[in-house]
Amino acid sequence: MDVMKKVPVREQDPKVRAANFDEVCLGYSEEEAVAEADRCLNCKNPKCVEGCPVRINIPEFIHAVTERDFNKAADIIALSSMLPAVCGRVCPQETQCEGVCIRGIKGEAISIGKIERFVADRARECGYVPEIKVEKKNKKIAVIGAGPSGLTCAGDLAKLGYQVKIFEALHEAGGVLMYGIPEFRLPNDKVVKPEIENVKKLGVEIETDVIVGKTVSLDSLLKEEGFDAVYIGSGAGLPMFMNIPGETANGVFSANEFLTRNNLMKAFRDDYDTPIRRGKKVCVVGGGNVAMDAARTALRLGAHVDIVYRRSETELPARREEVSHAKEEGIVFNLLQNPVEILQDENGWVRGMKVIKMELGEPDASGRRRPVEIPGSEYEIECDTVIMALGTSPNPLLAGTTEGLETGRRGTINTDENGRTSREGVFCGGDAATGAATVILAMEAGRTAARSIDEYLSK
Amino acid sequence: MFEILQKEKLAEKIWMMKVKAPRVAKICEPGEFIIVRIDEKGERVPLTICDYDRNAGTVTIVFQEVGASTTRMKDLREGEGFADFVGPLGKPSDLIREDEEELKKKKILFVAGGVGTAPVYPQVKWLREKGIDADVIIGARNKDLLILEDEMREIAGDHLYVCTDDASYGMKGPVTAVIDELVENRGKKYDLCVAIGPMIMMKFTCLTTKKYDIPTVVSMNPIMVDGTGMCGACRLIVDGKVKFACVDGPEFDGHKVDFDAAMKRQQQYKTEEGRAMLKLAEGDTHHGGCGNCGGDR
Repeated sequence: MDVMKKVPVREQDPKVRAANFDEVCLGYSEEEAVAEADRCLNCKNPKCVEGCPVRINIPEFIHAVTERDFNKAADIIALSSMLPAVCGRVCPQETQCEGVCIRGIKGEAISIGKIERFVADRARECGYVPEIKVEKKNKKIAVIGAGPSGLTCAGDLAKLGYQVKIFEALHEAGGVLMYGIPEFRLPNDKVVKPEIENVKKLGVEIETDVIVGKTVSLDSLLKEEGFDAVYIGSGAGLPMFMNIPGETANGVFSANEFLTRNNLMKAFRDDYDTPIRRGKKVCVVGGGNVAMDAARTALRLGAHVDIVYRRSETELPARREEVSHAKEEGIVFNLLQNPVEILQDENGWVRGMKVIKMELGEPDASGRRRPVEIPGSEYEIECDTVIMALGTSPNPLLAGTTEGLETGRRGTINTDENGRTSREGVFCGGDAATGAATVILAMEAGRTAARSIDEYLSK
Repeated sequence: MFEILQKEKLAEKIWMMKVKAPRVAKICEPGEFIIVRIDEKGERVPLTICDYDRNAGTVTIVFQEVGASTTRMKDLREGEGFADFVGPLGKPSDLIREDEEELKKKKILFVAGGVGTAPVYPQVKWLREKGIDADVIIGARNKDLLILEDEMREIAGDHLYVCTDDASYGMKGPVTAVIDELVENRGKKYDLCVAIGPMIMMKFTCLTTKKYDIPTVVSMNPIMVDGTGMCGACRLIVDGKVKFACVDGPEFDGHKVDFDAAMKRQQQYKTEEGRAMLKLAEGDTHHGGCGNCGGDR
């Protein structure tokens, strides 16, 4: 075995998986996980821990894996993360822990995510739940939203002994893990639900079908329902559109709608009532993880799929693994191209998209080179469905119905670096505060806020 | 579970249910809507609130059988319930935020079409409780499709005008003919019109009220999934801009809504719905042919 190279992970064959919703990556076996863990240098000054937003003690849990003490590995992870089976699958490890791995300087970085996933999956399959000793405190905290941020905040607070109740607007807890990320990347029943159950085992209560700001006001949680503090983890909101002609045509969807129908409402299964459009030729606009998810979902529903992205391959914001999986499955990448109009037939249905070619100019505020249109380069792509995956703007429901909650220019809720909002006793983090980002950053914000809430209530 | 306390058939394929939902009943206002889901496999169905009782903790909804989920919903019995009943969603009617004295000076006309009579009812009732009378037109294709006439007469009395397209009951013609009659022949003047019903009815009502310069509010009921401002399915063009019915509405200035675009979008899932209905109707005998279930693949 070459210690410079990662132990390869088994995956479903691209041709087979393009027609099913089963998980693409099959994960490490015990032998593979131990072999990969053996490559770890167990650095004295581990960079990977600094690279992890929730500061998992990575060398220590990997060391436990080399000793085949998998329960101990699970215990170590549980000190920092309530959602290891999720994070092992969806974190952008290449820019975090694995990106700074010392082994990665000369060879390939340790597959930290895949080992984490193995530890979490094995614990679940063996029914092992890391034990956490808790001293009960007589304080109540309300958490708004049962997504990654809210679950993390709630879990951390419960570990500190607080009584925590999460209010969830949808009928299922999990947030983007349930409605957004598809089955083939993050199975709901197998992975997401058991991790939520683990949070509940800490004593966290979850009430679904409650939209804070509508069903109950934030103030009534504090004044009438007796909560001592509130954490807002309400997530992302309204999908963005391009404001180009033809965008209201039939067959144009936001990625949020398309993915919610498929993932949360299970439209891909014919025993569920919610319908979904199974296009024949689908164009997905955007280059992030959500665009990859929408494209690969459309593919599995039977379509030929084109991705249209205005910058080049290096700027694609999606995880590298998702991009290569998408390519293997036969998704066509139309890079340096941007839609200018959606073309419709006489009945108002999409029949194609007019796009213009782009070239990269000077770097913009984000540090990425700004795409510039090449005049006269327009051409038409034939398609019957267009999915816009351009990001989201924050949901206006809470800020709009809560007095004294300051928001930024784009509608995000203002917080300091410790997650405090302009209202005393009200904290916020995740997409609601930052705009659309990743699962792990939302979790980090949940952790930070849990620490501030503890500080606030210990005064 | 959200228990169904009372169920009543109002007309062919139109049902009323009173549901125990204390959190919603405590806070909901006229103009808002809720989302129900019958069970694990059902759709999230948005329905306007028809009535509510804060003390009893109940909310009344009215729905029409149109798709697979609503067809299954009508088979629920009293004592059974919905897996989910979430709300209130959307913004309350502008009326309830207006100054009461100002409101008393206003002449208001409500125009209700078909199932749209249900969401008009709580607004008229709310005004009546404040001692304000408003004119109400209820229109339906024929007598059998009229709903809530008695309930509405109880609160609107002589101010109620009923019409049917086929003249099988009440005045003859569509609601727009009644608006013309009231304004042109009976000398009525209105400061505000609230029209709720099928999109085509709201479109023509708006064209008529525009003619008389009556500001008109409509309640839009586009396709939705989550209803909380996440999926963007319910987007409409209002005054040339993209608006989301679930968080910006459901009520909008009717003279600014692009009804033609909205009606086209309403057709979006017709084929899929048709297939689902076919499958539901055929039950265990269904073995493909719908092009959807894969039974013939």
